[in-house]
Amino acid sequence: MKQIAARIAWSVGLILAVIVMCFSLVHLAPGDAALVIAGDSGAGDPELIEEIREDLGLDDPYLIQLSRYVGDVASGDLGTSYRFNESVTSLIGDRIWPTILLVTTALLFAIVIGVLVGIFTARRPESPVSHGVTVFSLVGYSMPVFWTGYLLIIAFASNVRWFPVAGMRDVRFEGNRFEEWLDIAHHLVLPALTLGLIYLAQYSRLSRASMLEVLQSDYVRTARAKGLAERKVVYKHALRNAVIPVITIAGLQFGALLSGALLVETVFNWPGLGRLAADSVFQRDAPVLLGVLICSAALVVVINILTDVVYRMIDPRIRVGGGS
Amino acid sequence: MAAAQPELGSPGRQALRMFLRNRAAVFGSMLLSGIVLMTLFGSFFYDQDPTRIIARPLQGPGEDGAPAFGTDYLGRDVLAGVVNGGSTSLTVALVAVFLVVVIGVTIGALAGYYGGWIDTLLMRFTEVFQVLPALLFAMVIVALFEPSTRTVAIAIGLASWPGTARLTRAEFLRLKNLEFVKAARAIGASDFRIIWRVIFPNALPPLIVSITLIMGAAILFESGLAFLGLSDPNAQSWGQMIGLNRQTFLNGWWTVTFPGLAIFSTVLSFSLIGDGLQDAFNPKLRGR
Repeated sequence: MKQIAARIAWSVGLILAVIVMCFSLVHLAPGDAALVIAGDSGAGDPELIEEIREDLGLDDPYLIQLSRYVGDVASGDLGTSYRFNESVTSLIGDRIWPTILLVTTALLFAIVIGVLVGIFTARRPESPVSHGVTVFSLVGYSMPVFWTGYLLIIAFASNVRWFPVAGMRDVRFEGNRFEEWLDIAHHLVLPALTLGLIYLAQYSRLSRASMLEVLQSDYVRTARAKGLAERKVVYKHALRNAVIPVITIAGLQFGALLSGALLVETVFNWPGLGRLAADSVFQRDAPVLLGVLICSAALVVVINILTDVVYRMIDPRIRVGGGS
Repeated sequence: MAAAQPELGSPGRQALRMFLRNRAAVFGSMLLSGIVLMTLFGSFFYDQDPTRIIARPLQGPGEDGAPAFGTDYLGRDVLAGVVNGGSTSLTVALVAVFLVVVIGVTIGALAGYYGGWIDTLLMRFTEVFQVLPALLFAMVIVALFEPSTRTVAIAIGLASWPGTARLTRAEFLRLKNLEFVKAARAIGASDFRIIWRVIFPNALPPLIVSITLIMGAAILFESGLAFLGLSDPNAQSWGQMIGLNRQTFLNGWWTVTFPGLAIFSTVLSFSLIGDGLQDAFNPKLRGR
């Protein structure tokens, strides 16, 4: 418990460091925010530019601007989007749920199927399926995720129209709450599959490796010697331990997963954070970019803490022994 | 380094023999050589300007008068794009990986060797970069500065080094208390010498494996940025081709399939080589 508390305290410091670094990066970048806001029509009007500079405090020294930004973020205010002229906090609030939905579905799919495949192949290490996992993990890792997305669209949304090509909801949709969820789920299948496949490839291989190791351990031999049913040995005694490396890696890879989601959201027009960032890039909408960066980093930090907690729940040795 | 020793049984030779016996790794090396050769000399054999409009848009492969891989949404030759698109990706990846190695190895080596507050400070610094989703971070850098090949390479390097720093640190922690390091210290070698001439060469095998894999990851990274439109608009690349054909790919599967296949093959070749090297350096882990 104490370790978790210490981690949370350090995490707050970590996010503060992220804010300072990202803010400084934006500050260092060439270009004048006032010109971006004034747009093409206003750029020729020096009075308007001056007014915007005054409003945003762009002429204040760097440290004053930084401390103002940190203070604002601490109170939940991420500034105003240049492009939408809307609060960044509410823009992100709208877009973060589709991203979380996409990412968790992909991750759950990858972990559950990956571990099942890992168990299956670990019990038959020389079978063709087992070798197939090695090949699949290399292939899955090497495919650019946006390309996988397009191939899946061509296969399952264009040639046979099983799934919608893009979006999160059908615009013509009418129906009750439950049907609305079904509609979203229908739209979710291909993007989640696209994102999940890379990780499925890695987790199958990883859980096969750890399962192979665990199945040869003493306590599994003991469990077998006791005369326990093989099912019980595998799913109760071995599984728990084989799952630990997968959970650890999944937690560590969460940032990469968000990066992947950025591309998948662009391919499928999924209205998430990544899409918001990709749309804001060409407008040089710095407050939105900064906000998305900080929120994603915070999400990664939170997931890391959660991974730690789950890890302790699965593995009593860390809990009791005090761990690292 | 071990490979410098001449006798047959040296660890370097053994590793090379293991590598050459690994069919997948040899295939990966051949695939990579083929791609590099295509990128360097392909345009001599397939002398088509990838930026020129040569036929009707979206003509499929095999259609009358269409080039082998068809034409894109503007009517440009997709095969010419595939042949010429690799140079940007490979250059960017090389520069980015160079940066990753310089930053990551330096930070990891110093943290692992000195330990104490230096280690704490450097690793906390690393963590700040590690919690930022790499693609998003690089995207913001490229967007705020300029979409040139140089910025893209720097951005990828800046976003990708933490893993290498951690790996180097772990290797240094493992090696720094071994006998041969103590011996070097006993004869009065300087810290600098111990870090770079004594420990570093012994940390190389896992680093080489990881750098090979990072090469592949950097290619994926570059293609992702280019796909989003964050690349030099004048430097054609595979990712950019897919991004540009985004609106029309349903009318021409070839416009995204072939450039994607090129990215995939390049990354796959690095993965296969990395896997082969891993087995060669570390025979106990084979087949995992």
